[in-house]
Amino acid sequence: MAIIEVTKANFEEEVLKSEVPVLVDFNADWCGPCKAMKPMLDDLAENSDSYKIASINIDDEDELAEEYDVTAIPCLVLFKDGKEANRSVGLIAKDAIEALLEV
Amino acid sequence: MYDIIVIGAGPAGMTAAIYARRASKTVLVLEAVTYGGQIINTPDIENYPVTAHISGFDFSTKVYEQAKDLGAEFVFEKAVEIRDENGVKTVVTPKNAYEAKAVILATGSENRKLGLENEDALVGRGVSYCATCDGNFFRKKTVAVVGGGNTALEDALYLADLCEKVYLIHRRDSFRGEEANAERLKARENVEFVYNSNVTRLIAEKRLKAIEVTNRLDGSVRTIELNGLFIAVGRVPENQNFGSLVKLDESGYVIAGEDCHTNYEGIFVAGDTRTKALRQLVTATADGAMAATEAVKYINNL
Repeated sequence: MAIIEVTKANFEEEVLKSEVPVLVDFNADWCGPCKAMKPMLDDLAENSDSYKIASINIDDEDELAEEYDVTAIPCLVLFKDGKEANRSVGLIAKDAIEALLEV
Repeated sequence: MYDIIVIGAGPAGMTAAIYARRASKTVLVLEAVTYGGQIINTPDIENYPVTAHISGFDFSTKVYEQAKDLGAEFVFEKAVEIRDENGVKTVVTPKNAYEAKAVILATGSENRKLGLENEDALVGRGVSYCATCDGNFFRKKTVAVVGGGNTALEDALYLADLCEKVYLIHRRDSFRGEEANAERLKARENVEFVYNSNVTRLIAEKRLKAIEVTNRLDGSVRTIELNGLFIAVGRVPENQNFGSLVKLDESGYVIAGEDCHTNYEGIFVAGDTRTKALRQLVTATADGAMAATEAVKYINNL
């Protein structure tokens, strides 16, 4: 499955009410490390059906960024059953992203 | 066995891979995270010859593709040790071990931390090491910059345009950074200088709320309420894993001259992690070319 673009309009449905864990990637167009991480996230999204990966552009969705206390990007937040279960800030390796999902 | 293993896929390491491939040597690039190195944090490169503007990410992607197209192999595993048996170098990662005739260290550097309790936990919750990356989150808010070099001064100038108030906290009363930057900063009304002081505590409730600052001269303690703290106290080289083989200087940089030879036969060094006067993109790529050329010479004489 490809990465899902999430906005305030579909956040509740796609993330909070999701039946599987959702890894949310808070990012922006001007953020180099976010772009560097994207191919790894694409790859994980394509090869899994046990979780979803969602992308939130913090410039368009500043309310969501504020609500979840995102003050640096890239920021990955794992949501399970509508609640934050794990978080990582900064560019990390693919195996570290996978480890983030294993909580 | 590879001819050359390059450790680190920043501009220095990837340029070394390009030069080594053009000399028909087999090359493996080992990288802990992903290709690019610290240049990916730079939104706009304006001082690299040929192109007036390019983002750091676009730059590294082009170099990566160039190296791959020439046949360099990339594996994303962290090199934790180099062993040498009769001239054969083995580079060990947590998952594998790879052999080569020569090794080029291009491991770069990472942000120096203040070393305060909770510092790691507050990264992304008010603590940042990159003003141009994260400054936008603090529009019209109060922030502090720690440091006295050019990065700290430039960060403070950048943030002064965005934020309501910027404190600049420095452990001395004069700056290592350029005088012109310091003067420009002193002209800003929303910048307050806190001299001879260290940040001694991070005060947080879910996210950073305030910092405690201690004056080094009289020991007085002051609490500054703020939203963000930008730490710009320099960088540290990332080669502690290899210090048993190659000589490092007192700051941890690998000792080598312009020819990029370390003290150890068959191990070369390129980029920011080498002892050098100027750490810039253009000197990193130059080192990559030099280190690869010297490594090729070394292999051809074996």
